[in-house]
Amino acid sequence: MLCRLRVNGETRDCAVVPHTTLLEALRYALGLTGSKQGCDKGDCGACTVVIDGESALSCISIALACEGRDIVTIEGLARNGIPHPLQDALDVTGGAQCGFCTPGILMSAWALLERNPRPSRDEIALALSGNLCRCTGYTKIIDAVELAASQSAERP
Amino acid sequence: MLTLPAFEWLRPANLDDALAHLANHAAESLVVAGGTDAVPNLKHRLHEPRWIVHLGRLDELRFVRESEGALSIGPLVTLSAIARHEGIRRDFPSLARAASLVASPQIRNMGTLGGNLCLDTRCTYYNQTYFWRDALGFCLKKDGVRCHVVPQGRRCVAAHSSDVSPVLISLDASVDISNARGSRTVPVDEFFVGDGVHNNVLVPGELVTRVTIPAASRGLRAAYQKLRPRAAIDFPMLSVAFAARVSDGGCEHARLVVSALGAKPRRIGGLDALVKGRPLDDALGEALAEAAYRQCRPLTNVAYDDAYRHEMVPVFVRRAVREAGGIA
Ligand SMILES: Cc1cc2nc3c(=O)[nH]c(=O)nc-3n(C[C@H](O)[C@H](O)[C@H](O)COP(=O)(O)OP(=O)(O)OC[C@H]3O[C@@H](n4cnc5c(N)ncnc54)[C@H](O)[C@@H]3O)c2cc1C
Ligand code: SF4
Ligand code: FES
Ligand code: FES
Repeated sequence: MLCRLRVNGETRDCAVVPHTTLLEALRYALGLTGSKQGCDKGDCGACTVVIDGESALSCISIALACEGRDIVTIEGLARNGIPHPLQDALDVTGGAQCGFCTPGILMSAWALLERNPRPSRDEIALALSGNLCRCTGYTKIIDAVELAASQSAERP
Repeated sequence: MLTLPAFEWLRPANLDDALAHLANHAAESLVVAGGTDAVPNLKHRLHEPRWIVHLGRLDELRFVRESEGALSIGPLVTLSAIARHEGIRRDFPSLARAASLVASPQIRNMGTLGGNLCLDTRCTYYNQTYFWRDALGFCLKKDGVRCHVVPQGRRCVAAHSSDVSPVLISLDASVDISNARGSRTVPVDEFFVGDGVHNNVLVPGELVTRVTIPAASRGLRAAYQKLRPRAAIDFPMLSVAFAARVSDGGCEHARLVVSALGAKPRRIGGLDALVKGRPLDDALGEALAEAAYRQCRPLTNVAYDDAYRHEMVPVFVRRAVREAGGIA
C-alpha cells in the first residue's frame, strides 16, 4: 500500500505492506536508519521518535496509522548541518558511549525541551525514564540535557 | 527483529463504520487503539487476526467532559492526557497517579484509557515469542491445552495488569459499551471476569465508548500504590487502589482493590463493617492490610516470587491508606 508520511517536515511516500511498523518504514523504506531497532517490542526506547510533539515508540507503531501525523526523527534535529545543542552537549559531557541508545535519548530529551525549556533534574530523569542505556549510567546523559537547556536559555 | 504477522488494514472514519465492520467480522478482527499492548502481542503471534481495525480516526471517542458533577472520559484519551489533565488531578488524583505510573513516557503518550481497561492478561508462559512458546509447549490461553502455572487447572490464571482499572473500581466508575445494535453500561467492578483467556465481559463486536466516574465519587479520599521491579517501564507485580468517604464521624464506607495477582482485580470484601465510624489512621490501615492479606493468593503467573508478592500486599495496603489519609 502507499504510505504517505510527514517526516522531518517533508512529505515522503513509500510502498509498504500493512504489517509494517513505523520503525521499519523509516529504516528500510525511507533510509532513515538513525532510529534504532533494539528490543522491537516497546521495552527499551531505542526507536523513540516524536509524533505530533510527543515522544513515541516507532517499533510498536503501525506505519499506516501514522499517516497525517507530524513525525520527527533523529535526522531532523540538526539544522543546516549544525548539530542541535543537545547533540553537542552529549558530546561535551560524555553522555554517549556505544551510541545505540543515543538517538532515542535525544528524541525524548528534545520533546521535553520543546515543551519545557528549563526542566529540573527530576523532570529530565522522568522524561528519559523510557530509554534504557547499558553504558553510561545515565548521570552524564542528564548532565547533557541540563547543559543544553542552560545554553538555549542564554541565547537570545 | 520481531515482525508483525500479515493482516488487512482498516481505519474507519467514525464509530458507526467501525461497529458495522465488527458486526460481520468481529471474530476475525483485532481492534487497535494506541497499539502498545496489541502490537507486541501480534509480534508474539498471540493474536492472528485477518483484519486490524484501527481506532485512530474516531475523534468522537477522544474527550474529557464534566456533566452534573460526573466525569466522562473517552476511551481514546491517552494516559499522558489523563495524567496531566488539571480537573482529573484535582478531583480524582488517584486516577491521574495510576495513569502516570503506567509503563514509560513514550507508552503513556501512545496508550489509551480504553486499551488499558481492555489490556490482555499477562503470564510468563504467554508473553513470549512463538518460538519460545513452541519450545516449552503451548498453554491453554493460546494454541495449547494445559496451564503451566496450575497444571491441574482448567482455567487460565494470567494476571490482570492494568494500572488504571483498580482505581476505576475504587471510584465506582462505569463503562459504556456499544455494538452495531445498541449500548449498555456496566460498572467497572463487574467488567472483569476471573478467566485469564478473556477477562472481561465484552463480546465480539463490542467496543468501549466511554468511562464515567459518578458525581457521588467526588471528594473521596483515594490512593493508588504500585509495586514493580523498576520505577519505570515495568508492569505492576502488585497494585492497590483505595478510596474512602470520610466525614467528621470517621469513615462512612471504603473500597479496597488489590490487583495484578489474578485474572481480575480483587475487591476486598467485608470492608464496611471494618471501616464504619473509624478515623483513617494507621490502626485502620493495619486492619485493612490484614483483611487483604487473608483474601489474596498470588500465583506464579508472572516472573516474580509469589510469596514475596503476598507479603507485600499488607505493606502496600498500609501505604495506600496512609496516602489517602494524608499521613506523611
Ligand atoms: C514495555 C511495556 C510496559 C507496559 N507497562 C504497563 C504498565 O505498567 N501498566 C499498564 O497498565 N499497562 C502497561 N503496558 C500495556 C499498555 O501499554 C497499556 O495498558 C496501554 O494503556 C494500552 O492501551 P493501548 O491504547 O495502547 O491499547 P491497544 O494495544 O491498542 O489495545 C489493547 C487491547 O484493548 C482492546 N481495545 C483497545 N481499545 C478498545 C476499545 N475502545 N474498546 C474495546 N476494546 C479495545 C484491543 O483490542 C486490545 O485487545 C505496557 C506495555 C509495554 C509494551
Ligand atoms: S496462566 Fe496458564 S493458561 Fe494462562 S497464560 Fe499462564 S500458563 Fe497459559
Ligand atoms: S526498539 Fe522500540 S522500544 Fe525497543
Ligand atoms: S551509550 Fe551505549 S546504550 Fe547508551
